[in-house]
Amino acid sequence: MGEVIVITSGKGGVGKTTTTANIGTALALEGKKVVLVDADIGLRNLDIVLGLENRIVYDLVDVIEKTCRLKQALVRDKRFEGLYLLPAAQTRDKNAVSPEQMQQLCEELKQEFDYVLIDCPAGIEQGFKNAVAGADKAIIVTVPEVSAVRDADRIIGLLASSELPDPKLVINRVRTDMVKRGDMINIDDTLDILGIDLIGVVPDDEKIIVSSNRGEPVVAETSSPAGKAFRNIAKRILGENIPYHELEVEETFMERLRKLFSSRKSTRSL
Amino acid sequence: MMDFFKFFGKDDNTSKDIAKERLKLVLIHDRANVSPKFLEMIKGDIIKVISNYMEIEEKGFDIRLSRIEKDDDTYASALIANIPIKKMKNIGKNNG
Repeated sequence: MGEVIVITSGKGGVGKTTTTANIGTALALEGKKVVLVDADIGLRNLDIVLGLENRIVYDLVDVIEKTCRLKQALVRDKRFEGLYLLPAAQTRDKNAVSPEQMQQLCEELKQEFDYVLIDCPAGIEQGFKNAVAGADKAIIVTVPEVSAVRDADRIIGLLASSELPDPKLVINRVRTDMVKRGDMINIDDTLDILGIDLIGVVPDDEKIIVSSNRGEPVVAETSSPAGKAFRNIAKRILGENIPYHELEVEETFMERLRKLFSSRKSTRSL
Repeated sequence: MMDFFKFFGKDDNTSKDIAKERLKLVLIHDRANVSPKFLEMIKGDIIKVISNYMEIEEKGFDIRLSRIEKDDDTYASALIANIPIKKMKNIGKNNG
């Protein structure tokens, strides 16, 4: 019997889809059977981030309306053994699905897969309610910005009242150089404010954009700091005790180097 | 690294070009409500039928959804297929 984890944030644009794609791929690389469910009906994106957009025939709404069997809608990722996608419908809206139906779907997926990761839409309305309905656990993604942390707190409150009381936090797009200058909320501050447990810190990494350009999850790239952070999150989900140690601090030198090059590049292209 | 390759004119494969191509493709289908996989299925069937009558060049086979302007100035979706023919088979002629 597998586990259903919803990846949510409240605020849009903090990296839910990237986080879902990468944790899922990392779990598959660890030998688990994983399905990624895009619950963002009407605004699907997990398919294009994963590079599976050309392989969709049926979607989540087709499964729920019984237009097709569940197995027919699952897109198998040929590059990563054990990784599957259940795409969102693009031409329907969030009301095409009810929380009860999502719950039933999750139950069915749990029979087949070790991990069911649900990519939650932004917001706190119907789409959010659908996405959390069948979840056993929750991961909240935030970035070190006041608006995102505030929305994360709102989500923590909502999850507590929907029987998901112990969510874990991913802090995404951390820039160590800014944290060091005191210009970015640091990890301890964020944990202090939100009062939940950490499961990962993902450094800001250009490779994220390059990899989604190509439709290849960044965890597959060994040289990427963000990729490493996502692999660590997957290991922590599997129960391994991966220390947070100085990974983030170590990055500074590389980060500075990268920033140096990228700023030169950007001025040149201007 | 990127700049180094650009210097040598290896521009085709930058990730932004890949991203642009992928987006163009996916948006056509989003707008038309038809999945690329569905088009592939149609393409496969068309190849099967046409191959009974002529030899076609599968590599150059292009099928896509497009918008066409109608006489009354409104737009309609159209399925446009471009199928390069290598050679006609004899069956057609004999029966005709």
